[in-house]
Amino acid sequence: MRDWEVVIGLEIHAQLATQSKIFSGSATAYGAPPNTQADLVDLAYPGVLPVLNARAVQMAVKFGLAVDATIARRSVFARKNYFYPDLPKGYQISQYELPVVARGSLQVMLDDGAVKTVGITRAHLEEDAGKSLHEGLANASGIDLNRAGTPLLEIVSEPDMRSAKEAVAYMKKIHTLVRYLEICDGNMQEGSFRCDANVSVRPKGEEKLGTRAEIKNLNSFRFVEKAIQYEVARQVELIESGGKVVQETRLYDSDKDETRSMRSKEEANDYRYFPDPDLLPVEIDAKFIEAVHKTLPELPDQKAARFAKDFGLSAYDAGVLSASRELGAYFEAVVAGLSAGHAKLAANWVMGELSSALNRENVDIEHSRVNPPQLTGLLNRIVDETISGKIAKEVFEAMWSEGKPADTIIEAKGLRQITDAGAIEGVIDAVIAANPKQLADYRSGKDKLFGFFVGQVMKATAGKANPAQLNDLLKKKLGGGGHA
Amino acid sequence: MHNLFIGELAERLKNRQISSVELTRHFLSRIERFSPALNAFITLTAEQALIDAAAADARLGKGERGPLLGIPLIHKDIFCTDGVKTSCGSRMLDNFVAPYDATVVARLKAAGTVMLGKSNMDEFAMGSSNETSYYGPVKNPWDISKVPGGSSGGSAAATAARLAPLATGTDTGGSIRQPAALTGVTGLKPTYGRVSRYGMIAFASSLDQAGVFARSAADAAAALQVIAGFDPRDSTSVDVPVPDYSAPLSRPLKGLKIGLLREFFDGLEPRNAALIEDALNIFTGLGAETREVSLPHLPLSVPTYYVVAPAECSSNLSRFDGVRFGYRCENPKDLLDLYKRSRGEGFGAEVKRRIMTGTYVLSAGYFDAYYLKAQKARRLITDDFRSAFETVDLLIGPTTPTPAFDIGAKMNDPVLMYLNDIYTIGANLAGLPGVSVPCGFVDSLPMGLQLIGPHFAEAKLLNAAHQYQQATDWHRHAPRGYE
Repeated sequence: MRDWEVVIGLEIHAQLATQSKIFSGSATAYGAPPNTQADLVDLAYPGVLPVLNARAVQMAVKFGLAVDATIARRSVFARKNYFYPDLPKGYQISQYELPVVARGSLQVMLDDGAVKTVGITRAHLEEDAGKSLHEGLANASGIDLNRAGTPLLEIVSEPDMRSAKEAVAYMKKIHTLVRYLEICDGNMQEGSFRCDANVSVRPKGEEKLGTRAEIKNLNSFRFVEKAIQYEVARQVELIESGGKVVQETRLYDSDKDETRSMRSKEEANDYRYFPDPDLLPVEIDAKFIEAVHKTLPELPDQKAARFAKDFGLSAYDAGVLSASRELGAYFEAVVAGLSAGHAKLAANWVMGELSSALNRENVDIEHSRVNPPQLTGLLNRIVDETISGKIAKEVFEAMWSEGKPADTIIEAKGLRQITDAGAIEGVIDAVIAANPKQLADYRSGKDKLFGFFVGQVMKATAGKANPAQLNDLLKKKLGGGGHA
Repeated sequence: MHNLFIGELAERLKNRQISSVELTRHFLSRIERFSPALNAFITLTAEQALIDAAAADARLGKGERGPLLGIPLIHKDIFCTDGVKTSCGSRMLDNFVAPYDATVVARLKAAGTVMLGKSNMDEFAMGSSNETSYYGPVKNPWDISKVPGGSSGGSAAATAARLAPLATGTDTGGSIRQPAALTGVTGLKPTYGRVSRYGMIAFASSLDQAGVFARSAADAAAALQVIAGFDPRDSTSVDVPVPDYSAPLSRPLKGLKIGLLREFFDGLEPRNAALIEDALNIFTGLGAETREVSLPHLPLSVPTYYVVAPAECSSNLSRFDGVRFGYRCENPKDLLDLYKRSRGEGFGAEVKRRIMTGTYVLSAGYFDAYYLKAQKARRLITDDFRSAFETVDLLIGPTTPTPAFDIGAKMNDPVLMYLNDIYTIGANLAGLPGVSVPCGFVDSLPMGLQLIGPHFAEAKLLNAAHQYQQATDWHRHAPRGYE
């Protein structure tokens, strides 16, 4: 098998979190009864005209500034003409030749910790279409125009990704960024964040790009990964068996885990783009850009760098903890309640127990049942050696389910660590006495049995023995051989 | 009473010599008498008109005053009127009742005007003779075998026949000025952006402009005063202050520099040229100076227009798809069938011709050769006008090459039909204001004199037109039988 290089570019559609639509005054809220959020402009009644929502432009500029892009001083809305029932005007207002955000770039951390720079070709504003509904309608289709006119920012990357995993890492980074910027809620189930993937393969070392297929409308990170993996395998197999990839649009079927042809290049619409004469060019001056610049929050990369520097975290931990504004804020609140030098402990707990509890219960960190002061209360008991890390996990679970502070649970359950050397020694003696064979084996060189004795003591003390003390005392009692 | 100008009617309303209800009844009875032969209306709103007239009388009774308060008028059926059928002259919208008022309609309503009905027009404003209307051609009151011009033919014919003292129109390539000329009335097309396009069914968005028909420049000024101004619902309306259009009407024209458009006089029919000569003499007599100017790219106007306008219309008319409003074919088999037959049956031949032309010029592979080239030509024409206005205040020339022609004469030759607008299209491409005033007769049919000004120079334009009308009486002539 020849060695193939995969080339991927993404077009991400981020729904902008404006209150009203991009060209009308209708609300953009999700989930309203069909056609209750569509006014005469959205319905494309005769005589109505679009008026640009300035908030959408601000949000696009905010994104552009966050990816170090050139902000176009003059951008133009164009009409993309095609007929479809959920496209009331018979054209979509989009930006074509002159987008509001030009060339930018983004740093993406890959699984192996390497950092890759992905080029952003452009980002442009456009309106979403409505939805066609087929369920529950005999011999007819319904049209819901609530979504028609919702502002979208289409973020187009360079073909810089070289694997499905890189594509997902890039998409996740954009997802993080738009939520940091508070320009998109990032809700993928509701379609607020979705992408089209352009995928091609070429022999390694070849400069020329292979023919690409565009996979439309991927609305989860998992689907992006699987669809690309399937598509790459399909293209490689096709070429290796003497076939040729044709330029086409494909759909990913998540049930069957495969992509299917939707339409070929020949069947593609001629969209007859031309500047929309109902809208003036968007003129953006330095003052406007400066004002938007002032609204930029600390960006994910800046936060990660600060976490690494101020808290001595690894690049990986810093990256994970800055992946969302809320997670970063939670972590910082926990660290603030601990004495210096325990940020790593906080990091481990936020990324470990807390994250798995949140995942398990499927709740957002803002709605965590253990809040930052409560977690700080627990971690302080580890720091002052009231409980061991292991017991702390048990306390955490109880805090999560009972909603009580750590101290209350520690007291109520009698989980306070045993630090009285005499008490621990007593238990050790009893354990040794009860296991003469293991003692003999240990003394004859079976070092591994040290762990057996630790386990037995912990079992007898219900895990409450101070682990460090136990270690020291056990070593002394067992004598020679052991060197745990 | 129907021969009075708006200013005179307003004076009588103010003095309570007549009531708006009486005035409205008078015009409604004239409409009843004359309109069937002229076919000037698509919809009559007599009942509502009397209610609105009574409301205007009540306002007058409370001492309220306004130049248009209680004045009856007609709206071109391209303007959306809340609760009233708005057909745009098309079968496509024969069943369409607009759920809102166009800004022009709303402003005139607030000023106390009384709508008598909606006037006939070329389908979607595409035509120069009013023969493309789904509701049949409008007849010219000067000779009912002739066209009244188009696309605002109904408004022009009705104003000429004294069926109302005021009518609205729209002008995309001459659709106010050309029918005004062919029916002997005053027609004003303001600067692009001066009047909101909101609620005006779009033909070619970058060219469409609302304006008015009246029987004098002074009357047109009073109406412009009401409809002009920025509208936040139209991004292309311009936020510049609206000056007083009436006060400057009486200014003397001494020192006014009028440019004669050489390109307009090349090959002009001698009798038409003689009328323009006469008008020029009047203007020089009033103290104006005339000089010849050249706009070398002006001859590109018609081909440029017939790329730009169809391109925009092909997209603007996509919303008429049989899905949400308007005409829908019987028993569509599937979606494609629904589109094809609804549009195929709902649109007339001229509209289809322009949609096809527009679709073609925007298509991949042809876009640069047609659409982009036309945009370049448009810029050159605009620049020509701009340099001309560096040396003159206004430009003057004929409105049309010929007087009204026979109904049916040009319907089979679109290019010949399009050439009717040869003198009016330039102002649309450059977004300039223009006015057509009656300036005499050829073969007993009225002819128009066109004045074009720089952007937002409506006051100067109306001043010149008014002074001309003070010195002449062409605008006082009524067609025989309608006096």
